[in-house]
Amino acid sequence: MSLIDWFADRRKSQNAPISPEHQQREIADGLWTKCEECSALHYTKDVIENSLVCPACQHHNKVEGPQRIAQLIDHGSWSPINEHLRSMDPLHFEDLKPYVERLQQTVQKTGLTDAALTGFGMLKGHPIGLGVMDFRFMGGSMGSVVGEKFTRLIEQSTDRSIPVVLVCASGGARMQEGMFSLMQMAKISAALQQHQEARLLYIPVLTNPTTGGVTASFAMLGDIIIAEPKAMIGFAGRRVIEQTLRQKLPDDFQTAESLLKHGFVDQIVPRTKLKNTLAKLLRLHQRPTDQHELKNSTEVPPLASPVAPR
Amino acid sequence: MPAEPILLDFEKPLMEFERSIAQIRQMAEAGNEDVSEQVNQLEFRAAQLRHEIFANLTPDQRLKVARHPSRPSTLDYIQGIFEDWTELHGDRVYSDDPAMVGGVACLKMQDDNDGQPVVIIGQQKGRDTKDNIIRNFGMPQPDGYRKALRLMEHANRFGMPILTFIDTPGAYPGLEAENRGQGEAIARNLREMFSLEVPIICTVIGEGMSGGALGIGIGDRVLMLEHAVYSVISPESCSSILWRDVQHIKEAARSLKITAFDLKSMGIIDQIIPEPPGGAHRAPLVMAQTLKETLANNLLELQAMTGKERRSQRYQKFRSMGQFLE
Ligand SMILES: [Zn+2]
Repeated sequence: MSLIDWFADRRKSQNAPISPEHQQREIADGLWTKCEECSALHYTKDVIENSLVCPACQHHNKVEGPQRIAQLIDHGSWSPINEHLRSMDPLHFEDLKPYVERLQQTVQKTGLTDAALTGFGMLKGHPIGLGVMDFRFMGGSMGSVVGEKFTRLIEQSTDRSIPVVLVCASGGARMQEGMFSLMQMAKISAALQQHQEARLLYIPVLTNPTTGGVTASFAMLGDIIIAEPKAMIGFAGRRVIEQTLRQKLPDDFQTAESLLKHGFVDQIVPRTKLKNTLAKLLRLHQRPTDQHELKNSTEVPPLASPVAPR
Repeated sequence: MPAEPILLDFEKPLMEFERSIAQIRQMAEAGNEDVSEQVNQLEFRAAQLRHEIFANLTPDQRLKVARHPSRPSTLDYIQGIFEDWTELHGDRVYSDDPAMVGGVACLKMQDDNDGQPVVIIGQQKGRDTKDNIIRNFGMPQPDGYRKALRLMEHANRFGMPILTFIDTPGAYPGLEAENRGQGEAIARNLREMFSLEVPIICTVIGEGMSGGALGIGIGDRVLMLEHAVYSVISPESCSSILWRDVQHIKEAARSLKITAFDLKSMGIIDQIIPEPPGGAHRAPLVMAQTLKETLANNLLELQAMTGKERRSQRYQKFRSMGQFLE
């Protein structure tokens, strides 16, 4: 039952109007959530249970990093890595605010150390290296920390011969780290090259928004690329393009749907089905050796295997 | 009489000297007078002044030198450095992008007869307004990056070293460019350039802006001309995003650390190639010669390694970029 229906019921039963102030207070208490897209009111609990997708209009709200991990990784199987990597200010960058100050405030506000979380876990029983970006941390921008965390994750996944899933949500490179941030595109792509050469599966999941340097590197390098519905995905900013071309762009420009049409993503998968879809793909891409290992882990080794006589 | 050289605003003190020298020469030609003494003096002082100005350029001034309309372009260096240049066209997918040129040529030093065949790839700005429209001001479409990759794979198959010249305001931000996968084209180049076994030398000759520059920028050696700039974002865009207006280009240019000297000390580039006094555009042939020697020396070092060694060194080089606390 949506809040609107509930209010309507209450109005009928009490025969007295609920003040807008009262309504606002209950939203502010966090008990109810108003959809930013369709304005429908739902129990916050219901929205969370629905992977933060609006039950009325299917609008995909932004997901915080830790929530995303909880949505994808089997309970109790997550082991994070490199949690303590922190950004420096190698350029002593200062715009309207010094970068160090911006960092401190963002760390305090979000409780995050930077814009990416990485680790290993099981996805429906499949071991994966998972990296998720958190848009709350300076717009998910990619600086040295995001670059280093993703690179280490991919390198270690290559060593362990396991697939990598990266959930992208980013405004692009972090300008405040200058060329160091641009080079993270190269660094992550290099690690992906080795992962690919080892014939291991890499799936980026593109969520709203995926732009700039992230799009021009690991977001577009998947063996299989998945996008969330209506996610904004592009290299150049929409405003920049409009200024350059001096024309309005089509509404669906740089949407997941448009990228699917132009051949740059494989599937648009609603978040509520994301874990199942990934599990299916992971299962289909197990190589014979993986299956062999899986079998071996639960069964006695086959007799035919060459065992040296003692 | 040759066209008067275009002067940048900070070169204005030089303008007086340039004018005086030209006037005295004209007078001398008309009156058959010997003024070589005066001309020598003025030229000496002009050279001193030029040296002073260019030794102390601010980052935003360097940006102007890097974007100077007469600054030698990729094709200028190709003409000035290589023999048997044969341009190769097309990405084999959709089109041929005039903003990205590529082809095969021979790098021949004086003391060797055969020379080294190479593949050359670079962004190409126009040399005048009309040319600039054709070249899209050096802003490649995805087709340009795909042509570049096609030629790099060609080089790898035939064991030819790859030399790239970076000079772009960025990859083109357009409707078609996005729909045809600008991001995908650049991303693929980044990954594939790490798989190539042949030597790769990338040189920033003018401006190298953002992913559009990096898309041909993964090299065993990354070199920069003295007044070239290389940045994660153009100072103009940075100013409008972070300062929310376009008045802070100077601050942005300074903050972003875009000069060859800054980037050398940050370990982003390997070597700075000195420019002639007053910048590459003042003496393009001298610049081409210096660049040629630098490329040849670097190539010699890289050719002493195996393909596997080069790949692993290239990986380590980019792997180590970034600064963080642990
Ligand atoms: Zn809704």
